[in-house]
Amino acid sequence: MSEAGTLEQPLERQQAAASSASRRFAVSGSTLLLGFVLPVGAALAYEAAFRFGLVQARLLPPPSKVGSTLWDLARSGELSTHVIATMTRVLLGFGLGALVGMLLGALTGSSSTARKLLDPTLQALRAIPSLAWVPLFILWLGIFENSKIALIATGVFFPVYLGVMAAIANVDRKIVEVGRAFRLSKTALARRVLLPAILPDFIVALRSGLGLGFMFVVAAEIMGASEGLGYLLVDGQQLGKPDQILAAIIAFAILGKIFDWLLVSGSRPFLTWQDSHSRAA
Amino acid sequence: MLILDHLSKIYPNGTRALGDVSLDVGSGEIVALIGGSGCGKTTLLRLISGLELPSLGAVSVDGEKISAPHPAVGIVFQEPRLLPWLTVAQNIGFGLDHLPKAERDARVDEALLRVGLAGYGPRWPRELSGGQAQRVAIVRALVTRPKALLLDEPFSALDALTRASLQDHLLALWDSHRPTLVLVTHDVEEAVALADRAIVLQPKPGRIFADIAIELPRPRDRLSQDFAEAKRQVMSALDGSLTQPQPSTQNSKAQAAGWW
Repeated sequence: MSEAGTLEQPLERQQAAASSASRRFAVSGSTLLLGFVLPVGAALAYEAAFRFGLVQARLLPPPSKVGSTLWDLARSGELSTHVIATMTRVLLGFGLGALVGMLLGALTGSSSTARKLLDPTLQALRAIPSLAWVPLFILWLGIFENSKIALIATGVFFPVYLGVMAAIANVDRKIVEVGRAFRLSKTALARRVLLPAILPDFIVALRSGLGLGFMFVVAAEIMGASEGLGYLLVDGQQLGKPDQILAAIIAFAILGKIFDWLLVSGSRPFLTWQDSHSRAA
Repeated sequence: MLILDHLSKIYPNGTRALGDVSLDVGSGEIVALIGGSGCGKTTLLRLISGLELPSLGAVSVDGEKISAPHPAVGIVFQEPRLLPWLTVAQNIGFGLDHLPKAERDARVDEALLRVGLAGYGPRWPRELSGGQAQRVAIVRALVTRPKALLLDEPFSALDALTRASLQDHLLALWDSHRPTLVLVTHDVEEAVALADRAIVLQPKPGRIFADIAIELPRPRDRLSQDFAEAKRQVMSALDGSLTQPQPSTQNSKAQAAGWW
């Protein structure tokens, strides 16, 4: 329960985290290197302690062991099977959740009638920790892919929905008026004014959604899967292979970072106009 | 050309912003609407633009009634209101979507040249100074060649030097197609420097207090005796508009009763 509670962070905090992360892109090479000192140093120290027999390392294998496990998994083709399974689930769930979140967010953001009608219900549903849906989803959709994708989509839906709704509702009235003064039709106003105006917030909402998508794919795969990185985690736990658990965690980290990077760099050409703090810094 | 026929505006909260304003503006004329704060200057301009509708009365341009933003009427706001995701050139061409690209580009380039911003086309609005941005906003409204251009205190946020230079820019732009200009301002000097007529408004509810013709030849010398005289005339009308007692005691009693 408490775990589910932390998954449902308020959107503002997620946005703050995301924007501070994007600011970090701007740091120079030497600062970047400084960030590596602690983790790399700790890994080397632990490796040395293990080599000199100072630690047993039965429950926390040394970096070399984790690395070789990861390498073996990759060489046997097992890793790619699991990565593909996880990626497919994330992409399908993310796509579904983001699409529905975007559509409903656009609806409630642009029409106050729709907001009054739909938003209270959606906010009430948002208050439910998403993992609480799992038993229902399994009953309704079976134990295979459908229930997993539904769970991921549920997790992705809420931050995207909230982000899009807030972004549309907060578009500057003065800018919208410029569109009206030039007699834009409703669709032209949406395309030429609203869409570009909400794009930065929309990207942040998608990134928050993607982060939650990765959390929920782990949850879904831990609860019962025969492949996927989450399955590797459970398998490692049951067979007492902490190196495999750590290898899966590292794979998750790399995968999550790659997806986030793709999202950010894919949207960057559309956001060069921004007059933002990080650009000035 | 531009006819305001007994315009009144009462907002849903009961505020009576304008009471019975009638005005007839000739083609190519420059009219300054001047008055203290809360006298309905901006409301009047928004009614002419079609962004808001009058509670009573009508606005017409060349006999055509304005019930929504109209292609013959352009508007420049107090702030530049450039779209930050479009380059300067794209901002200027914002209202020219219906034209073929070649003509659009030609008009945009010409506009940039006219306001001394040649070469600024590919820049982002965030790279412009306040005066530059407002020049872009003015030509954005003018490139569609409206018959009337409305300006809502367009230079009020700028320093005095920039303001004077932008006023000259505006007159030069006006001279090429001679659209009707309706300029809201609270700056007497600006009104006298630009307008053929200064319409002094009176608050609560907004209505016309005086209609002063300014018959100075252009270009106007801001230091000349005539200019000072015109300024004095507008200034004293403005003073009168603010100190004028309510039309009649009986009327104001009735209003007070209504308020209660």
